[in-house]
Amino acid sequence: MFEAIAFYLFAALTIGMFTITVMTSQALYALTAMAAGMIFISAFFFILGADFLGVIQIIVYTGAVMALYAFGMMFFDTTRTMVEKRENPRVIFLLGVLAATLVVFILISPIVSGHLEARYPIDAAVGNSQAIGMILFTKYLVPFEVAAVMLLVAMIAGIVLAGKKMDKSLTLMAEEEIARISAIQTSQDAKEGVH
Amino acid sequence: MDGAFIIETIVKIVVILLVFSALSGFGTYVERKVLAFMQRRLGPMHVGPYGLLQVAADGIKLFTKEDIIPQNVVKPIFKIAPVITAATAFMAAAAIPFWPQFTAFGYTVHPIVSDINVGILYVMAMMAIGLYGPLLGGMASANKWSLLSAARSAAVFISYEVITGLALLAPLMMVGSLSLIDINNYQIGGISHWIAVSQPVAFILFWIAAFAETGRTPFHLVANDHEIIDGFGTEYSGMRWGLFFIGEYANMFFISFVMAIVFLGGYGDGTIAGALGLLLKVSFFFFFFLWTRAAWPDVRPDQLMRLCWKVLMPIAVVNVVITGVVMMLTRGNG
Repeated sequence: MFEAIAFYLFAALTIGMFTITVMTSQALYALTAMAAGMIFISAFFFILGADFLGVIQIIVYTGAVMALYAFGMMFFDTTRTMVEKRENPRVIFLLGVLAATLVVFILISPIVSGHLEARYPIDAAVGNSQAIGMILFTKYLVPFEVAAVMLLVAMIAGIVLAGKKMDKSLTLMAEEEIARISAIQTSQDAKEGVH
Repeated sequence: MDGAFIIETIVKIVVILLVFSALSGFGTYVERKVLAFMQRRLGPMHVGPYGLLQVAADGIKLFTKEDIIPQNVVKPIFKIAPVITAATAFMAAAAIPFWPQFTAFGYTVHPIVSDINVGILYVMAMMAIGLYGPLLGGMASANKWSLLSAARSAAVFISYEVITGLALLAPLMMVGSLSLIDINNYQIGGISHWIAVSQPVAFILFWIAAFAETGRTPFHLVANDHEIIDGFGTEYSGMRWGLFFIGEYANMFFISFVMAIVFLGGYGDGTIAGALGLLLKVSFFFFFFLWTRAAWPDVRPDQLMRLCWKVLMPIAVVNVVITGVVMMLTRGNG
């Protein structure tokens, strides 16, 4: 009974939060609601007994991904409401309904046809952190390693992109030097045709 | 799920809430006294004997102050941000064993709200969410100092979470479990079995990161009084500001518990001596937070970032690799 109550409570909360994220015109509401929604999703993992995945959901999505979004939002005034440009609301509505129907269809079909079964069922003898480790390092070793290499590539690319002028510090420069550098930069941009 | 279990859990939650709310208040008194003695002052002396009732006076002041909400703030977010700080701090307490289990009036009490098998990860996750208090409070405040503080808190938390995670990884590899009770039981054999002895590097790294996670003095730039006023708390007053305060002090207590349990043997074998030992270790870590505040200046944000990414993170990664290699070699022989 508790599981049913918890499921419907968190289902309603999750849908409510993500509805706010999509509908609101206030960037800060969207950010907060999305972070809260990510936490409420972890409740489903806890209900299913997947404690490890639930906690990882909180750490990765709420703790890291959403915090990075928030970091990006520092660059505009979050206390004002955003006015979105909607040129063709009917197309947006149509595409939205279509996408939602497709997702429901994709998720419902294996349940309806009765082909839903666990390929690697839970082994009651080991805890679920160990079970995830065993599956990752046996059945999914190659995708796991590929993901690790891709993250490494992304990290190196990020450092290369961000670290271009790291040896110069604008804070320590004299005003004239900054003016000189920015003048060179603008003339270069003009040559390359950057507007 | 029977009635006794539900009642027991509710009682534990209420006890933890009350005890640690009171302790956070008392923590401010201790902090003021310790700082005062280290600076050759007397500290609070006027309210009650040795200023002991200062806490009550401060509490009454905070509770009865008018709750001012400035005009240009984003109201719902502004209102909820302090609650997030306090709530996540206390939610983290759910997986911390505060005391070994004991029998009182023929009833065995486990002084932990829920012994989930991913305890330490859960505590870390809750402390990670604690970031949203300063972040949302600062962004909703319509104040430049608050916004700066929000940006700093996001940067500091994200960076130092990497250090806490990597520092904890090495001990967790040795223990082979994420439950705080298992970690405690791993070190049951006495001081030579403590993880601080076998993993001194991880211990020091985690300790440094704990200062950043709680925003204490060498890394206090989230609300650094002399550059950004009170940071995210600038626009707050009364009990909303008080909730930020309670959250900060509760976090200090809880991270002290985590350090004592993970690295310094926790409550040991569960005797009274072990339990008192745990409280002594926690008090020492709490005192160390205050001691550092009296003894050290603050670092600049760029120094903090350089320390994190160029010094601490490489050390933490090397520590994990060395632990792995040593474990592999010793397992191979045995």
